[in-house]
Amino acid sequence: MSSVAVRVRSRRGVGLGLLAWLAGLLFFLPIAWMALTSFHSEADAATNPPSFGASLTLAGYRDFFGVGGGASPWPALINSTVASVVSTLCVLLLALPAAYALSVRRVRKWTDVLFFFLSTKMLPVVAGLLPIYLFAKNAGMLDNIWLLVILYTSMNLPIAVWMMQSFLAEVPVAVIEAAQIDGARLPTILARVVAPIALPGIAATALICFIFSWNELLFARVLTGVVAETAPVFLTGFITSQGLFLAKVCAASLVISLPVLAAGFAAQDKLVQGLSLGAVK
Amino acid sequence: MIATTTAPVATAPVRTAHRPSARLRAWATRAPLLPALIFMIAVTQLPFVATLVISFFHWNALYPKARRFTGLDNYRQVLTDPALRHSVWTTVLLTAAVVLVSLVVGLALALLLDRPFRGRGLVRTLLIAPFLVVPVAAALLWKHVLYNPEYGLFNGLLHYLGGPQPDWISNTPLLAVEASLVWQWTPFMMLILLAGLQSRDHQQIEAARVDGASDWQIFRHLTLPHLRRYLELGALLGSIYIVQNFDAVFTLTSGGLGTANLPYTVYQSFYQAHENGLASAAGVLVVIGSIVIATFALRVVSSLFREEVSRA
Repeated sequence: MSSVAVRVRSRRGVGLGLLAWLAGLLFFLPIAWMALTSFHSEADAATNPPSFGASLTLAGYRDFFGVGGGASPWPALINSTVASVVSTLCVLLLALPAAYALSVRRVRKWTDVLFFFLSTKMLPVVAGLLPIYLFAKNAGMLDNIWLLVILYTSMNLPIAVWMMQSFLAEVPVAVIEAAQIDGARLPTILARVVAPIALPGIAATALICFIFSWNELLFARVLTGVVAETAPVFLTGFITSQGLFLAKVCAASLVISLPVLAAGFAAQDKLVQGLSLGAVK
Repeated sequence: MIATTTAPVATAPVRTAHRPSARLRAWATRAPLLPALIFMIAVTQLPFVATLVISFFHWNALYPKARRFTGLDNYRQVLTDPALRHSVWTTVLLTAAVVLVSLVVGLALALLLDRPFRGRGLVRTLLIAPFLVVPVAAALLWKHVLYNPEYGLFNGLLHYLGGPQPDWISNTPLLAVEASLVWQWTPFMMLILLAGLQSRDHQQIEAARVDGASDWQIFRHLTLPHLRRYLELGALLGSIYIVQNFDAVFTLTSGGLGTANLPYTVYQSFYQAHENGLASAAGVLVVIGSIVIATFALRVVSSLFREEVSRA
């Protein structure tokens, strides 16, 4: 290749790199603006043209956490944490053995079973919402965080089974057989042989299940009230304008999104695999 | 990696003195699967069966005594009600627009990110961030912080340009919802397509380049055919999630201004109007729509899946 061609190519490469940076910054701009606004006073947050250089304050955060009166977000944050963490643990508890039976020691027609799990994910939530609501009402389980735990477990189980079967399939069979010859039983094999090899994948699966549970709105909105309200339901309180409240909205949105951002960046490498139900590696 | 597990499983080397019957062993193999399977059937399939049954009844929760079997009457009503028909159309428009636009933008971003440049990891992180904002929070951000006609960022920036000060949500409600969803879903498409780009055969591309193929020719004849399955997968998974979208419609417009999609309509008809029978019929229709999409989605996933199994 001539040196001119190389120079043209590299100059165009720099241009495309700049374009990528521009796109990245453009997509990030709303989040950056949200973060900046959350540290402005309400008066500075609601100006036109926008006040980029206004002085910074924690008033929005104090407001959101209900320091000067108003509803405290803590019960909602705690409910969300319970629903997300417990349902994720339940998912792991159910999905790990299932994935084992679909990858390591396979049942007959294991692909059919896998695709059954996937098809449940394609059933829209609204299709079962009414019977679940009626059931909860009759069983006295409305506004009960444990009902959400059950539903979030079912929402995430198919994703987890798919992801984990693809991670467990990477465990060499010879190692498992050796353990079996040594007389190890299933729980021991799972805990001592399979789990350590598949651990990074299991961790990513858990983070993705956590994100989906934390984000969920429809079930939580319909099935909870004052007691079991989750963080997204708390956020719906900001749908109608309440005068000057931009800094507070930004602080609330940012604080409630932080766990998802953290979990998402932690699982970044396996995010595609999880979101595409294991179809893309 | 999968090949190691496919073949030798059947020939278990363990031979105990009193060999358990084949049937018992089959159940032992199945046992770890059963809790998950039974749980899924109980929590997802039974409610749907109940929805199907309720959809054949006239049933308003406020007048429970008047409950009676009406056959297909609810379906007739759902399909002839102009508001509901409109929500079917809105669902189609919303889903198609968001999926197509985010797919095209996602492809452009994936192509930009596929090349090495300074700070690539950081740019990738910046691009993923919108997908990792809680959907309700993202919708609030667009509604109050960006779209607000008096002090939103869009009109604030337009102010510098001396442009008009439109009321975004009132003027173009559906477009407003779509734009916020495109912002959140483009990173998803980008991630899938980037994975597709990175699984290309780089020797083949190098060979084509040596043979004098232009960048466009390589993209058109090598990259695009390779990406086809990833594009399909992105489109179908995106459709499945966006057909079900509730958060953005609920938050940005509360289903007003002609933006009520089917999930919102189902929510409204039983949560606010207490029309259980009608809501169920609409729910069943959403399912039928999803099954059409899902059939294609399952086919694409399964072909990628089989390719994976056979390649390993």
